[in-house]
Amino acid sequence: MASQEILREEPSRGSFVNDPRIRGLFFQTLVVILLFGSIWWIVHNVIENLQRLHIASGFGFLKSRAGFDISDTPIAYTSDSSYFRALVVGLLNTIIVAVAGIVLATIVGFTIGIGRLSQNWLIRKICAVYVEIFRNIPPLLVIFFWYSGVLAVLPPPRESIHLPFGSFLNQRGFYFPRAVWGDGSWLIGVALLLAIAMAWFVVHRARQRQKATGQQFPVFWTSVALIVGLPVLAFLLGGMPLTFDFPKQSTFNLTGGFWVKPEFLSLLLALSFYTAAFIAEIVRAGIRGVSKGQSEAAGALGLRSGPILRLVVIPQAMRIVIPPLTSQYLNLTKNSSLAIAIGYPDLTATAGTVLNQTGQAVEGVFIMMIAYLVLSLVTSAVMNVVNARMALVER
Amino acid sequence: MKHIAIGILGAAALGFMASAASAGTLDTVKQKGFLQCGVSTGLAGFSAPDDKGDWKGIDADFCRAVAAAVFGDASKVKFTPLSAKERFTALQSGEIDILSRNTTWTSNRDSALGLDFVGVTYYDGQGFMINAKKLPGVNSALQLSGAAVCVQSGTTTELNLADYFKKNKMEYNPVVFEKLEEVNAAYDAGRCDAYTTDQSGLYGIRLTLSSPADHVVLPEIISKEPLGPAVRQGDDQWAHIARWTYFALLNAEEAGITQANVDEMKTSTDPNIQRLLGTEPDGKYGADLGLSNDFVVNIVKAVGNYGEMFERNVGSGSPLKIARGINALWTKGGLQYGPPIR
Repeated sequence: MASQEILREEPSRGSFVNDPRIRGLFFQTLVVILLFGSIWWIVHNVIENLQRLHIASGFGFLKSRAGFDISDTPIAYTSDSSYFRALVVGLLNTIIVAVAGIVLATIVGFTIGIGRLSQNWLIRKICAVYVEIFRNIPPLLVIFFWYSGVLAVLPPPRESIHLPFGSFLNQRGFYFPRAVWGDGSWLIGVALLLAIAMAWFVVHRARQRQKATGQQFPVFWTSVALIVGLPVLAFLLGGMPLTFDFPKQSTFNLTGGFWVKPEFLSLLLALSFYTAAFIAEIVRAGIRGVSKGQSEAAGALGLRSGPILRLVVIPQAMRIVIPPLTSQYLNLTKNSSLAIAIGYPDLTATAGTVLNQTGQAVEGVFIMMIAYLVLSLVTSAVMNVVNARMALVER
Repeated sequence: MKHIAIGILGAAALGFMASAASAGTLDTVKQKGFLQCGVSTGLAGFSAPDDKGDWKGIDADFCRAVAAAVFGDASKVKFTPLSAKERFTALQSGEIDILSRNTTWTSNRDSALGLDFVGVTYYDGQGFMINAKKLPGVNSALQLSGAAVCVQSGTTTELNLADYFKKNKMEYNPVVFEKLEEVNAAYDAGRCDAYTTDQSGLYGIRLTLSSPADHVVLPEIISKEPLGPAVRQGDDQWAHIARWTYFALLNAEEAGITQANVDEMKTSTDPNIQRLLGTEPDGKYGADLGLSNDFVVNIVKAVGNYGEMFERNVGSGSPLKIARGINALWTKGGLQYGPPIR
């Protein structure tokens, strides 16, 4: 404040050219004009050139019939659906592989990261070798490794490998029985929701009681009993409304059951194993970043090693871990566009097909960029909320 | 990934291109000193590099013919291999001067994509190939219900496939790749039961499989695929040059002018041949197009007539051994017909 007042009171040596406020305003206006001017120039030029080259433009094509089929369709889609719906299918496929990849990468990454700090020499070295191998190979090669190296050497459909529970594995993918829920199965869902609510309540009360009286309550096992027990009870009461649809051999492929295609499988495995190597390093750095005095102090208070890790070290490590973890989640989502190399119909692949069938390159690329931008911003927003909750509350 | 790069480059090029109309393609090409020709990433018989790295095939030869017409020298061509997805953007953005890449002429491509098709250098139709050893008893495409079908994305093939199975109320499972080599590898590895593309392509691809004898092409032809070169819309002179290069190849075959006898034919007194070869006194056939009067001589010297080009690349002189069929001249019961020079 003080410095500003001094500047304001001083009538800036006569000339307004030397007034820092006016100068600042001038340059800011200049930058804004240049920025918007060049954006306008580019947009204007694009439109003019498209017209000159007789290329149809605009987003009207999104309503036309797509005419091509997509192999993985999370929502109803046929060749009669619109281009817009094809793009939505692609986006959903990207989201599915990204979410599954993030979950798997986090699990593998945390395991490996903690493993690198293990007291056991063998575990430590195995984890180190894992990190060094997967971190130093481009993700595309990892995808090809899984697709051509691992999954393609499986036997053809007629010589499928039989696995327990009526599952099959062959070069066309992994097949397992699909649960078919009968009448009255809604009861199980209700029971599950009820159990989660009750478990939450138990956790809440147990924490309050511990704060007030210091007495502990076996929260974990009670919650497990509730969440598993109630739905099972509902299942038995509802007359076991469940049958299984088993995969069967037909002329060309196995039909029926649930089918995970090799394209999805190799993309998922490649993305998660690749990203897990980075997450492992982030986790290791986070745990190492918590000073040794913290766990020693916790030990001095009489806590055992489990609670020390859970209550003292990890909460502090998470503050270091979450921001770089967000970047890894974003990387994984964006790396999923490598799906195109093995024919998984993600957003890039379907938008590319739409782009080619319609010839609307500018619009197609624009849609792709916006979709990935929104996906990334949503991921960041979610992770920022998590980060805010984990941040050290200063009192 | 590359198609996105080209897409973005194309978008950027459209953005930064000078808004004033640019010079005609003919002038640009002459100034550069070579013709930039978009071809496939390797389809035997149409455009594929041989073991010395020279591009061979009907589509590659067509570009050589255009270069011979423009420069009198068929070697002044540079080839750009393009995937099915990249091809139109590459032409629209000016990265290539002509697209000669087994591309099907369709209404949408002709009207909404800013392209002009020049003619039909090969009349084709879509078919299916299966591994007869693994699937004994399948001898018709109508038995393919439930099959996994390998197909290249962004092609008319992909659309015809969807239509055909829908029309016949059959199920299938598309296995879609962007690059031809990826489709070939997936089919060869047994990821799909059937492979679908233009029939000429199936014969070419069969040769590259690990055991070609096991694979058969099913008899059904499910679509019309007129394949031909395309140029950017709005440059009539350039479109005329490409179109009359194509007609020159046909007219030369009809007149019996071959690579071997073209010099001899220059002394012919037949007015039709004189007009075609530019030996007619005061003839303006070439000059009207913006070329030299003897441009047809240059074309035929470089690549021969249409029939020679066909036999050398896909016909009896090639491993594909495809019969002329509907690609014969109209005088022999086919569809290839060159308009008269007057």
